[in-house]
Amino acid sequence: MADVTTAQDVVTYRESVAEGIAREMRRDPTVVCLGEDIGAAGGVFKTTVGLFDEFGPERVWDTPISEQAIVGAAMGAAMTGMRPVAEIMFSDFLACCWDYLANEIPKVRYMTGGQVTVPLVIRTANGGGLGFGAQHSQSVENWALTVPGLKIAAPSTPADVVGLMASAVRSDDPVVFFEHKGLFASKGAPAPDGHVVPFGEAAVLRQGTDVTLVALASTVPMALTAADRLAAEGVEAEVLDLRCLIPLDVTAVLRSVERTSRLVVVEENPYQGGWGATVVSVVADEGFELLDAPVKRVAGANVPLPFADALEDQVIPTVDKVVDTVRSLATY
Amino acid sequence: MTDTTTATDLLALHETMAVIRRTEKAAHDLFMSGLVKGTTHLAAGHEAVAVGTRSALKDGDYAFATYRGHHHAIAWGATPEECLAELMQRSTGLNKAKGGSMHLTKADAGMLGSYAIVGAHLPMAVGAAWSARLRKTDQVAVAFFGDGATNIGAFHEALNLAAVWKLPVLFVCENNFYMEYTPIGSVTGVGNPAADRAPSYGIPAEIVDGNDVVAVRDAVARAAGRARAGDGPTVLEAQTYRHYGHSRTDPAKYRPDGELERWLERDPLTVSAGRLREAGTSDDDIKAAEDRAAAVVDQAIAAARAAPQADLSEAFTDVWADGGAAWRT
Ligand SMILES: Cc1ncc(C[n+]2csc(CCOP(=O)(O)OP(=O)(O)O)c2C)c(N)n1
Ligand SMILES: [Mg+2]
Repeated sequence: MADVTTAQDVVTYRESVAEGIAREMRRDPTVVCLGEDIGAAGGVFKTTVGLFDEFGPERVWDTPISEQAIVGAAMGAAMTGMRPVAEIMFSDFLACCWDYLANEIPKVRYMTGGQVTVPLVIRTANGGGLGFGAQHSQSVENWALTVPGLKIAAPSTPADVVGLMASAVRSDDPVVFFEHKGLFASKGAPAPDGHVVPFGEAAVLRQGTDVTLVALASTVPMALTAADRLAAEGVEAEVLDLRCLIPLDVTAVLRSVERTSRLVVVEENPYQGGWGATVVSVVADEGFELLDAPVKRVAGANVPLPFADALEDQVIPTVDKVVDTVRSLATY
Repeated sequence: MTDTTTATDLLALHETMAVIRRTEKAAHDLFMSGLVKGTTHLAAGHEAVAVGTRSALKDGDYAFATYRGHHHAIAWGATPEECLAELMQRSTGLNKAKGGSMHLTKADAGMLGSYAIVGAHLPMAVGAAWSARLRKTDQVAVAFFGDGATNIGAFHEALNLAAVWKLPVLFVCENNFYMEYTPIGSVTGVGNPAADRAPSYGIPAEIVDGNDVVAVRDAVARAAGRARAGDGPTVLEAQTYRHYGHSRTDPAKYRPDGELERWLERDPLTVSAGRLREAGTSDDDIKAAEDRAAAVVDQAIAAARAAPQADLSEAFTDVWADGGAAWRT
C-alpha cells in the first residue's frame, strides 16, 4: 500500500527518472537529453543526476531558457534520426512552447502523409500539493489530452517511471511524460532489469467489488489510501492506475465497472476539461447499463491554484474528498 | 558569373526557376477555375532564393520551409505533378492530400516540411543541424522564412541556440518587404530585419540580392562552407519581392504605384537570362529550357487533373507511426 513503506521499497520516484533515462541511453546511442540545468547540475528536481557524468556533454545538453528552442530542436532532431528526451522544468512552462505540442509535433506526421516520424519524449514536472502557487503547481495533463497525436504517460510508482520511460523512449510517436512533483520523494520497489511497461495498459492495484476508483499519478496513492479507509467501513474499492492517458485503457475501466457498478474518477487537473470527463463519457456511452449509481469526479476545482497549504487542499483532490465521494455513492 | 557556376549549371537553374514560375501560375489559374481550394501563398518572384540555395548544397542537406513553400519543395526535388495533385486534393498528392499548399514536404530528399505557424520551424532546423552534428554527418540544415518571422520569439530562441551550440544551420530570410499586408519596416526597429539582428547573437550575416540566383548560390556556398567547417550558423537576408498578393484572396492594393513594375524589371528569370546571355548562351537555348519547363508543367496539370480524388481512408492513417489512429483500447 502506498503509505506503508516495506523493506522492498528502496528507490525513490525521483532517482527512477534518471535510472529510466540512463537505461535507455545505455541501450541506444541515439538517445540524447536536453533541457535547462539538466547537465552537471542534475536538474532542478534532481531527476537527471548522474546522466552528465555517465554520458558526457555530447549526450546531455544544458540549454538556454528557451522552451520553444528546446522542444523545437528536439522535434528537428527526432525527424532526423535521433531520439531526444527534452525536459521542460515545470509543466506550467509547456504554455511557452505550446505551439510545438499543439501544432507541430502531433501534426507533422499526419499532414505530410506519413513522410516523417517524430520519436521524442517531452518530460516535465507536473502537479501541485507543494505550495508553489498558481504558476508552478498545475496539473496540465489535460492540456495534452486535447491534442490528437500525442501519447501521454504519467507514472505513479518508481518501477512504472522506469518501465514507462522505456516505452516512451522506444516509441516512434511523440510522448509527453508527466512526472509528478508530489511523488518525487516517494519510494517503491526498484524496476527489474529490462523492465518495460507497455503504453495503454492500466494496472489494477487493488481489487474490490463495490466501487471503481480510476486514478493517475499523484491520485493513485491517494485512491489506495482512501480504499484502505473505506475497507474499514466495509466498502471494497477497486483501484485502477491508468498510467497513460493516450492510449487510454477504457477497456480496463469498463471491465472494472462491470464488477463494481460504481465509478469515481480521481484527477488532479481541473474539473473543467479534465481527463476524467473523457473517461466518464466513454463509460456513459458504452457502459451505461453497467452502472447502478451516478458517476462522480473528484477533480481540481475550477480556480487557479492558491499558495497556502490549507487553501491548496481546498481545491485539489485529497483522501478525505475521495472517501466522502465514495460514501455518498455507496448509499445511493 | 562566378568561377563556380558554369553556363550549363546556370541554364539548369534557370530551367528549374521556370518550372517553379509555371507551377505557381498553374496554381493560380487552377484556383480561379475552382480546381484548387483552401488557400495558396504563391512564391512567384522568390524562385532564385530556393533554387540558388539548393544548388549550393549537397544531397541530404535539410530544408524547412513556410506556407509559402512551393518553390522550396520543387527545388528539393518534388515534381510539379506531385505538388499540383496535392493542391487539387488528389490521392497522388505529395502529402496524400492531407497537407495542402501550406505543408508541401519532400522528406526523402531532406525537405522536411512547410510550416504555417510563423517562425515555428526555425528551432526545428536548429534541431536537425544538432542531429547532423551528433550523428557526425556533414549535413547542414536550412530554415527559409519571411521577414515577418524575425519578430517572433522562436526566431530569437533559434538563433541564440544555434550560435551557442555552433550548429551547421543557415537562416535564410526571404525579405519581400511585406508581412501579409503591412510593410515589415513599419513594425521593426532595424532596417534589415534578419541581418541586423544576427550580430547580437554572435552570428555573421550577409544581405544578398534574392533575385539573382548566382548571388544567392555564392552566398549560400560561403555559409555552408562555414557550417561544414564547424564555424556555426549564418544569417542570409535575401531581398526579393512576391509578384502575387500575400495569399489567394489578397489583391495587394496596399503596394505603392510602380513598386511591382520596378521589381518585375528585376524578375529573377530576367536576371538569370541576362547572365546566361552574358555567358554566351544563345536565346534559342534559353527558350528551349523555358519550353521544356512549360511542357513539364502542362503535363503535370493534365496528370493531376486526371488523378483520383483523395482516398477517404487516409483521414484515419498516419496519426501514429504504426500507420493508424487508435487512441484507446
Ligand atoms: C504565429 C502566426 N501569426 C500569424 C500568422 C498569420 N500570418 C500568416 S503569413 C503572415 C505574414 C508573414 O510574413 P512574412 O514572414 O514576411 O512571410 P511572407 O508571407 O511575406 O513570405 C501572417 C501574419 C501565422 N500564420 N502564424
Ligand atoms: Mg514577407
